[in-house]
Amino acid sequence: MKRQDSKMPMRVEPLRRATRPSFRALSTEFARFVRFILEELKPKGKILTPFNVITGVIILVGLVIIVVRFAKGLGAVTNLSQEFPWGLWIGFDVVTGVAFAGGAYVLTFMVYILGLEKYHPIARITVLNGFLAYAFYAGALLLDIGRPWHIFNPIIGNSFGAASVMFLVAWHFFLYTVAEFVEFSPAIGEWLGYRRLTRILQSLTLAAVIFGIMLSTGHQSGLGALFLMAKGKLHPLWYSSLLPVSFFVSSIFAGLSMVILEGTISERVFSDRIPGTHKASHGEIVVGLSRVCVGAMFVYLFLEVAKLINEGTIGYLATPMGAWYLLEVLGFMLIPAGLFLLGARSANLFMLKIAAFGTVLGVALNRLNVSIIAYKWNAPFHYVPSWMEIWVTLAVISAEIWALRWIVRRMPVYEEHEEHLDVEELSVKEGVQWKAM
Amino acid sequence: MDIRRRDFLKLTGLAAATGILGPGGNGRVLGAETGPKDDGYGLLIDTTRCVGCRSCELACAEANGLKEPEQFGDEAIFQRVRTTSPDAFTVVNRYETQKGQVFRKQQCMHCLQPACESACLVRALRKHPEGPVTWNDKKCLGCRYCMISCPFDVPKFEYNSPNPRIRKCTLCFERVKAGKQTACAEACPVEAIRFGKRSELLETAKTRIYQNQDSYVHSIYGEHEAGGTSVMYLSAVPFEQLGLNTGLDKKPYPELTQEYLHNIVLVDLFFPIFLLGISYAVKGREKEIKAQTREEER
Repeated sequence: MKRQDSKMPMRVEPLRRATRPSFRALSTEFARFVRFILEELKPKGKILTPFNVITGVIILVGLVIIVVRFAKGLGAVTNLSQEFPWGLWIGFDVVTGVAFAGGAYVLTFMVYILGLEKYHPIARITVLNGFLAYAFYAGALLLDIGRPWHIFNPIIGNSFGAASVMFLVAWHFFLYTVAEFVEFSPAIGEWLGYRRLTRILQSLTLAAVIFGIMLSTGHQSGLGALFLMAKGKLHPLWYSSLLPVSFFVSSIFAGLSMVILEGTISERVFSDRIPGTHKASHGEIVVGLSRVCVGAMFVYLFLEVAKLINEGTIGYLATPMGAWYLLEVLGFMLIPAGLFLLGARSANLFMLKIAAFGTVLGVALNRLNVSIIAYKWNAPFHYVPSWMEIWVTLAVISAEIWALRWIVRRMPVYEEHEEHLDVEELSVKEGVQWKAM
Repeated sequence: MDIRRRDFLKLTGLAAATGILGPGGNGRVLGAETGPKDDGYGLLIDTTRCVGCRSCELACAEANGLKEPEQFGDEAIFQRVRTTSPDAFTVVNRYETQKGQVFRKQQCMHCLQPACESACLVRALRKHPEGPVTWNDKKCLGCRYCMISCPFDVPKFEYNSPNPRIRKCTLCFERVKAGKQTACAEACPVEAIRFGKRSELLETAKTRIYQNQDSYVHSIYGEHEAGGTSVMYLSAVPFEQLGLNTGLDKKPYPELTQEYLHNIVLVDLFFPIFLLGISYAVKGREKEIKAQTREEER
């Protein structure tokens, strides 16, 4: 079917909604829509690049492991045990991944609530990254939970475990993914060429952003709150009643650091898709985001000190776990924060990127410490992920990059939003004709 | 004045929780309902009486359709400390203590306010008024948060099954409903396991301690641990020598996340309004600036 279509010499015309929808118009429209989608499904660019071959192999082997996991149970592919029920798939894919995806809610807050237009050019790509992250982490979650066919029980079942932080996280997670999709949907509307639909979707953006921020506050902190139940199991240096707050605050700089790093990578990879004006403002954006990071990081470090004093755990600093904790907080939080501060002053982009990289490592270390490493730190046989768990994690990341690339190559992710500019300019000129259109 | 404000916030939270979360919430989030009182059934395990015959293990396996206990009748099994598993809801271990070798049976403690129950997002784990904490096959989605939460590490997961279940002692819920005692209590030849109402068990325990002051430590494990449990222990030696965690909170575990849940309900209620306010304020300011620049241009 697909092959036949692709043989036809065909120019894809922008789709336009028929003014008077008749059955015939609708059916030709539908046929056009299908042709357009089929045309877009074809890969663009070279297929056999080293990146594609490597990630392709990773994904294929990952799929085999996933089949084994569903046929024989989690024990066949993971090193999980009765002592360690959560491993890499929760600790990294979900707990760490969600922190990294925090850039979307922080950036939409800056752009749509605070009206900081400077950051508008990267709003769409950030939201897209966030949405894909959630879509794929939810996917990874399906692999980890034992009975995924019951995944919608907390949403539709008549069995609301409302006293559970997990219940709160599940709902916020689910609704946030929807909100992110709504935030990104105008780009899909533009891609399909439906102008009116795009406009309707755009009118939903502010509401989606507001709910998105609320929902992010809930589940970012909620992931930390999950471990409040692990009292006595999580090392006292990490366990604290402030866990939800520090998870929330660290998601701010983790997300923005990710935005800085992703921007650096896509600048090279998707160079042809990024307009020149955007490239010129990139440096300014990085400096601005770095300033926000510095602020949030110092709040975080202050919280860490408050925790030590509040919980009376300073004594543990002199133990081996204390050294490990200091490496996380001083080595991967304080030093990157310092680099951010210095780099933002001198607008040294290289230094800022190093700082962002250090921060990302630091937050990953923090999340892995809370969920895996410092959890039952004194157990005689501590959990270490199996190669298959690591492999599947890499496969999930590879698949996400494929999806991202597919979308960026097709949809207006980096371009200025035409519609948006139209509306802005017209309203400045006090022209209201567009409303009558 | 301060108190009033607090009450107001609590009330708002309550209204929000019942409104947003619906009947499933049951007000339990807010701790309005403190869970079953002491009148449920439970077990009193007297480790001074236990002789390590493992009859309870055998009876448990039969009652629950589990595998026969491993190395049954073989003393060598006591050389290592075992834990419960998906195939063994109760195990007896031997501990070297200051008063020689002591045996202790372990199983689910059936907390009065179970951590697992509050952790479960689909209420698959429930504390019944009769005392038992049970797991529901139709609801569980296998997230294993109960295992993270349980202070006694009781829930066990079937890692080697494509349709895994959470497995643990059910305090013989079906038997209890039918008016019988648990299989383990029935099987014990030395009356080391006593089945009964928790309040009566507490009285029995206190009487035994009072009448034999030298042969018991003067406390009951499970009276207050994790907010109190339906299964309780008596011992001649400090409980930590029997592998019991004596460092547990006396507060019920659900309280650990209660405050957070209160706060997040408020965040969900007031954040959207707050954000909408900021965005309107900013928009208004932007219009002003634009109007100004236009005038300047003229």
